[in-house]
This record gives sequence, C-alpha cells and structure tokens, in this order.
Amino acid sequence: MKTILFIIQKEFRQIFRNKAMLPIIFVLPLLQLLILSNAASFEVKNIQFSYIDSDHSAASRKLITNFKASSYFKVIQSFNSKTEANHEMQKGKVDVILEIPNHFERNLIKEKKSSLSVSINAIDGAAAGIENVYITQIITAFNQNIQTNLFQYNEATYVQPQNIVTIPSFWYNNTLNYKTFMVPGILVLLVTMLTLFLSSMNIVREKEMGTLEQINVTPIKKYQFIIGKLFPFWVLGLVILTVGLLIAKLIFNVPILGNIGLIYLFTSVYLFVILGIGLFISNHTETQQQAMFIAWFFTVIFILMSGLFTPIESMPQWAQNVTLFNPIRYFVEIIRMVMLKGATFLDISFQFFIIVLYAFILNGLAVLSYKKVN
Amino acid sequence: MNQEKIINVKNLTKTFGSFTAVKSISFDVNQGEIFGFLGANGAGKTTAMKMLIGISKPTSGEAVVAGFDVKTQSEMVKKSIGYMSQKFSMYDDLTIKENITFFGGIYGLSRIQIKEKTAELIYELGLEEVADKLVSALPLGWKQKLSFSVALLHEPKIVFLDEPTGGVDPITRRQFWEMIYAEAHKGTTIFVTTHYMDEAEYCDRVSIMVEGSIEALDSPKNLKKQYNVTSMNDVFLKLARNVE
Repeated sequence: MKTILFIIQKEFRQIFRNKAMLPIIFVLPLLQLLILSNAASFEVKNIQFSYIDSDHSAASRKLITNFKASSYFKVIQSFNSKTEANHEMQKGKVDVILEIPNHFERNLIKEKKSSLSVSINAIDGAAAGIENVYITQIITAFNQNIQTNLFQYNEATYVQPQNIVTIPSFWYNNTLNYKTFMVPGILVLLVTMLTLFLSSMNIVREKEMGTLEQINVTPIKKYQFIIGKLFPFWVLGLVILTVGLLIAKLIFNVPILGNIGLIYLFTSVYLFVILGIGLFISNHTETQQQAMFIAWFFTVIFILMSGLFTPIESMPQWAQNVTLFNPIRYFVEIIRMVMLKGATFLDISFQFFIIVLYAFILNGLAVLSYKKVN
Repeated sequence: MNQEKIINVKNLTKTFGSFTAVKSISFDVNQGEIFGFLGANGAGKTTAMKMLIGISKPTSGEAVVAGFDVKTQSEMVKKSIGYMSQKFSMYDDLTIKENITFFGGIYGLSRIQIKEKTAELIYELGLEEVADKLVSALPLGWKQKLSFSVALLHEPKIVFLDEPTGGVDPITRRQFWEMIYAEAHKGTTIFVTTHYMDEAEYCDRVSIMVEGSIEALDSPKNLKKQYNVTSMNDVFLKLARNVE
C-alpha cells in the first residue's frame, strides 16, 4: 500500500508539472462542449429553396408564400426553366427545387387533384429525408386549406375535409432542444477520450524513456505499479466529469433529473474499463506514436458506433450486435437515461453489470499482458 | 578476500529465435569484489546482465544471484540488487529529491529513512544547491553519479552497472570509480560492464565476452601475463582479433 502511495505521488507530480495538463483538464472540456454541442446538431435549417412557377396563379403564389413563411426554408430564387434550376443545383447553390406546373390551380379546382414536382439534393441522404418531410408538411397544410377554401364555392359537393390531427407530446425533452440531447453524450466522449489517451500514452512513455526498465528491476509488484499508475487518471476522469457536468448545468441548463450519484457510480466503474484498454494498448506498443494511433483507431470506432451521433436502432443488425461490445454505448445510454429521464439504479442495472464485467475482463488482460520479465 | 560466491552462473544461455545472444556461459563472482564484464558491442553483455537482474528469462542454464535463482525467484533477486542502466533512467521531470523519494519508496524504505538517505546523499554528492531542480537540468556526469547513488539507496548486496561511464569526461570518470571503490570497500559486490580498458584495470577480476561466450576470465594482472602483453587494451584486441 505504501509503495502504491509513492507511485501515485510521483504520477501526480508529473501530471501537474506538465504545463499542458491544466488546460487539458479545464479548457478542453469547456471548448469541446461549447463548440460541439452547438455544431453537432441534426436539425436541418436554412434549406436553400428555389421554385419554378409556371402557373402564376393565386394558388401557386399562396403555396410559395407558405414556404417563405417557414423558418426552415430560405427562398433564394425563382427560375424560369428547369434547365436553369438544374444548373444551379449542380453548382450546389440550391437544395430544393419546387416545380409548379401549368394549370396547377385549374386542375386543383376541376379535377380536385394536381401534381407538383420536387427535386431535393440528396448528397446528404439524412438531411434530404428531413427536407422531404418538411416540404410534405407544408404542402399538406396548404392542400387542406385550399380544399376548404375552394370547395366552399360549390355548396353541392361541399364535404367537410376529413382530417386526423395528431398532437405529439415529446417526453423527456419536450422542447426538442438538441443541446439537451447532445451535451450529456459529448461529455461521455470527453471523459473517454482524455482518460484513454492519457493512460495509453503513460506506461509506453516510461518504456521510451527507459525508466520502465529501472522500475522492472525493483521488487515492486505488478498490481502495485498498475494501480499506482492508473489511479491518478481515474481521479482525473472524475474531475473532468465534474467540470463537464457543471458546464452542462450552468451554461446549457441541461436538466439532471436522476441521481447524480448514480452517474458518478457508473463513471467510476466505466473509467476502469477505459483505463484497462489504455493499459492494454500501452503494454502492446513500443512508442507513444503507436499507442496514439491505436487509441485513435478504437476511439473512432467506439464513438461512431455508440449511438452518440446516430441512433443504434437504425444500424443494420450486425452493427447493432457489435455495439454490444462498445463500452461508450452503455455510458451514452446511461448518462442520457439518468440525466434526462431520471432513471434509477434498477433501470440501469443491466448496463451497469455489463460494464462491471467488462472492467474485470479488460483489467485482467491488461495485468496479464504487463510483463516485468521478458 | 572473502571467497563466498555471491553470483553463480552455470551454462546460462539466451536465444532470440535462431540467434544465440549468450552461449552457455559459466562464471562465479565473489562477495565484495569488483567484477568487470567486458566485451565488444553486441557481444551479449547486456543480455547476460539482464538475465542476472531478473528482467530477462534465460532460455536454459542456471544463475543464482545473492542466493536466489533468477528463474524462479526473480523478485527476491531484485530486492538484493541495485541496477544502473546505460541509459539514464531517472525521471527528467522530477527534481533530484523527488527522484530519490520515489525510488526509495518503491524499494520499501520508510519516509524517515528516505529523509535521512536523501540528506546524506545530497551532502556526499555536493548537490545541495540543485536538490530541488529538475534532473533534466543536470550535466550527464552528475546524473550518472546520482543514478549510482540511487541504485544503492536500499543497500543492496550487489550492484549492477551497465556502462556507467559512457560519454562522461575523464575527471568525472575518475570520481565515479572512486565512488565504486568506496562502495566496494563497504562490502558491496560490484558487477560492471565497460568499454574503457583503463577501467578494466581497476577491477579485481574481469571476464571478456566474445560473440556470446566468455573467452577469458581472470585478474587483469594474470590476463596480461597469459597473453604476454602490457595492457588490458592489448588483451582485448588479441581476443577480438582471433574472432575475425
């Protein structure tokens, strides 16, 4: 135990002697949360909207006004021909082209139906999908209005339009505030990345400097060395979490409905998993550069498959199965559940025990792979 | 001289794949002697030494260091030895005092012992003024002296020095050997590798390794007589030339 304290003392001295460390702990989380939480939004806004109005009727003008009124669309241009419009689409200037054909209004009145053509730039498929939904909503709303208005002139065939109105109620985030959803997730990313990088570079650094050999000729026990090495980063991880939670609360006003102790409980086990991975990488690499590359490789996969940016439910089944091995996935789930839904321990017990199991396996592997004797 | 054997090596061999770095070497080191372990670069000195200090597993053969088998009791061996590697291996980003505290601590010294040792060591090396400076700021010669003293913190029975004076100026080299003598005088066994043949003359006995085997082992005086030359330098050259 005494030996471990000596190592911890030494590690903390080295950590705080490193001038870059304090900014890493306090400034990095702030910057990342501020930038990413505002930028990493899936809301599609400022859609560059253009139209070709070949009808020039009251109805067509009304429809275009509806688009102009929407906050999602920015009506930038009207074109005279499809060729001209396509050309602008090619250049990337417009996202959506709405084409209103000749006799649009006449057909609407006479035949009770009419057609519109919509072209959407679908390079970003997800955004195109959302744009399509917005457009359809506006056209449907327009359609209902116009039907009501038009049919009132013809009493004989007047039928009350049949509408089913759905009133959605959004649970857990009723204003659909994107930041409320993203901030906890980005906090996970932050805690994970910092602790993984710092710990995976740590032992390999001693290898590079030659001090590890000096350590290996001392009678120090493997577990003493490893605990002494990793404990400071465990503390650091919890400090970063605290800084992040404070930022989330004070700057983003993200609700913390659940018990904050639960987040700390989960994080303290989760950090063991991450530190175990870091140690494992450290043991299998010879230079900090190698360690950094491998740490990056895993981080990128873990993050993209964590449900942080894209819902896991929409991944193909095999990918969903892979995410079951991703510790970040569980942390993202937990922190959102606890902060936004107020989940209790019972609700998160499944994820919690998986992480405990994971921590045991990874640290077991890491300890086994650390060799004092070659 | 006390003839108790503190290191006993029998047919010690280490192979890496198809390459045999150390070929079945056998020798003894007596308690309290300064044992020079010589050889050209790549002769297998460092590999042999790493097996003796318990950080490299022998492929075959036996070695008993301070009464413990290096294969099965390497952790016990480590308690009884000090080691100074050819690469400076203290923490550059810690001060002299902090380095001493750390290494003392992991060898199991108490805080009080560490305090006493630190004061003693800093006084002996005349490092009072830089004791709270980072080790990286020290000149190489001082670093080496410091490493040697730190290797002796836990009062080991044997201290292994791997090219301790590489790249150090002649005056510091001289001072370094004075420290080695002083320590040997206290009864500590010194096991030292070196490239400097004048240093070999300071040893009680030397072994010369050539391509993984020990080709000669005796006191410098006897070796010179045996090869009929006047300096250890010539002994070394004769042995090394035989190979080519």
